Amino acid sequence: MSTTYLIKNVRVLGGEPTDLLLRDGVIADLGGRAASASERIETIDATGLIALPGLVDLHTHLREPGREDAETVETGTRAAAMGGFTAVHAMANTEPVADTAGVVEQVWRLGREAGFCDVYPVGAVTVGLQGEKLAELGAMADSAARVRVFSDDGKCVSDAVLMRRALEYVKAFDGVIAQHAQEPRLTEGAQMNEGELSGKLGLTGWPAVAEEAIIARDCLLAAHVGSRLHVCHVSTAGSVEIVRDAKRKGWDVTAEACPHHLILTDELAATYDPIYKVNPPLRTAADVEALRAGLADGTIDIVATDHAPHPHEDKDCEWAAAAFGMLGLETALSIVQATMVDPGLLDWAGVAERMSFAPARIGRVADHGRPIEVGEPANVVLYDPAARRTVDPTESASLSRNTPYRGMELPGRVVATFLRGRPTVLDGALV
Amino acid sequence: MKRHLLSAGDLTRDDAELILSTAAELRELADRPIKKLPALRGRTVVNLFFEDSTRTRISFEAAAKRLSADVINFAAKGSSLSKGESLKDTALTLEAMGADAVVVRHGASGAPHLLANSGWVRSSVVNAGDGTHEHPTQALLDAFTMWRHLGESKPGGLEGRRIAIVGDVLHSRVARSNALLLNTLGAEVTLVAPPTLMPVGIESWPVQTSYDLDTVIPKADAVMMLRVQRERMQGGFFPTAREYSRRYGLDGRRMATLQDHTIVMHPGPMVRGMEITADVADSSRSVIVEQVTNGVAVRMAVLYLLLGGSEPAVGGEE
Repeated sequence: MSTTYLIKNVRVLGGEPTDLLLRDGVIADLGGRAASASERIETIDATGLIALPGLVDLHTHLREPGREDAETVETGTRAAAMGGFTAVHAMANTEPVADTAGVVEQVWRLGREAGFCDVYPVGAVTVGLQGEKLAELGAMADSAARVRVFSDDGKCVSDAVLMRRALEYVKAFDGVIAQHAQEPRLTEGAQMNEGELSGKLGLTGWPAVAEEAIIARDCLLAAHVGSRLHVCHVSTAGSVEIVRDAKRKGWDVTAEACPHHLILTDELAATYDPIYKVNPPLRTAADVEALRAGLADGTIDIVATDHAPHPHEDKDCEWAAAAFGMLGLETALSIVQATMVDPGLLDWAGVAERMSFAPARIGRVADHGRPIEVGEPANVVLYDPAARRTVDPTESASLSRNTPYRGMELPGRVVATFLRGRPTVLDGALV
Repeated sequence: MKRHLLSAGDLTRDDAELILSTAAELRELADRPIKKLPALRGRTVVNLFFEDSTRTRISFEAAAKRLSADVINFAAKGSSLSKGESLKDTALTLEAMGADAVVVRHGASGAPHLLANSGWVRSSVVNAGDGTHEHPTQALLDAFTMWRHLGESKPGGLEGRRIAIVGDVLHSRVARSNALLLNTLGAEVTLVAPPTLMPVGIESWPVQTSYDLDTVIPKADAVMMLRVQRERMQGGFFPTAREYSRRYGLDGRRMATLQDHTIVMHPGPMVRGMEITADVADSSRSVIVEQVTNGVAVRMAVLYLLLGGSEPAVGGEE
């Protein structure tokens, strides 16, 4: 029989201290009634800690199969557990691309074997991410991996007809298209946010309009065919405005923001250090403000990490030659605390909504993103918001080291993560 | 002076005028029978060129040799962008060979910045052109040329002088460096280009801008024409080469509207018939060939000052 955990004096969603009993994979009791004397119980003194539902990431790159030099399902899910996640959606841009039932089932199975968090493979929208013809979305949906989120992330489904067909087609199995909004012609060779700084640095600009034009088009398409659309990594103030307007009209559009877009700005490109190179790029301080406001008022539904591991050599080079992307799983909750909770824009219930309930709903994940109530799956994270830590890339559970927060002091620390009642992280260390 | 020369924007007015006045002393050497000085004897200068540029490379080579430095030319086949040897490994190789200065030309903006700040090399880094970012020694030689013709080779000589820089500003590292340096030296710069070849955010540059060449050049003291690469046409930045030449090319008709003292410049290599006609390039106003001569003197001054020449470059006997 598995160990029963009694978590004492924990503040569920930041509320009043209470006790939480995790037994046989579910939340067995809430509110301090004693467990039966006969069972083996581990007691955790959670004074000062907050309990959140296990976090759900709708946007993770686990790199396996194909780039096991950057990350594997095992190392990526270890990093996820360290960040308080109990479920991650693994993006499809692997080698081979996750565009068949075979590949998504492989990723799904690797996740189960690793056991650190549940892995929900994202299926590619088009064959080989080529943007030319639909992949067998139905086969992926019907596979053991039960894919519901489809994305060509890394590339945009830029062809309007193909996007329309994809939006329509996934209605048959309640799927969603998660769009990487990037008009390809407007971003040829793009390196950083287009603005004052790109002109001075001589780095090809990635204009906000290239993101906003696709989001506007896709919102109109989704409304036209009555489908649901999810917008990946919204990065500009204009995009927030477009999504806000779509929601006001009652269209079924959801959107995510990444932690790095909530805290870092394009000024960092002036270092020419490609650790800050990411797609979509870091934007201006005004965009950061708009994203925070959008996340606070619910225009942006969720925070998703876009955890993108890269081996050292792909970042230890000139900017234009470097890979796009940065790590995110282990720092996401701290960044959200620093940018949203500490300034008073979001309370912990709001964090649970943005990082667990809503992403699980969008991904149609049944057993995650559940309220912390008796009888629910015991997917719980214990978090110490009073802790401070300085980010040391060498301590990362990820196989890669490309965190943009090196040396930064961040608030908060994940103390424990429980996946169906079993700890994957305890005392801040992997179990 | 700083240890590296990465951006023209890093130079204070004092730095820039020190380089120009040092270059003026060194340029006189060009007229002497023996053109060599012992100033950098025993020092090693590496020319690290990831892009083909014979002109800039031989200019730096001549500059270093006239100061008695040992020169190693390292033409890296392709950059790491084309999956060749990485910038890092090349840099570590040079460091192991013991270079005192690395003169780097690279297709990626920021590559010299990376080289100077990565800890891969201890030597001074001189930016000899990086991507569409900067080309500070070109700006220095341009300023030096203007200073001789318009400023009596005196400190403050370019104060208030009007300089028009015309052409593909968007992709031009020469325009970026010149805008910064000429502003530092007190000149008034106007960038002239079709709107498609103006960078986003140019309002924040310390320059004026115009889309109309004809209204700008009659007031200019110097007109600098930038090279327009043929591939820009494929990029759809302007309809045809002919239309570009009509609107932004310097021909005999436009040259006739210049003031008597106004000089015509071009960083080279020229596309004759595109941005400049042959009669203008070969006219008495043209200082294009002199720019090349001045390039050697300016680069001598830069290498000399960066590599710690505390005594006067000329005149001091060992």
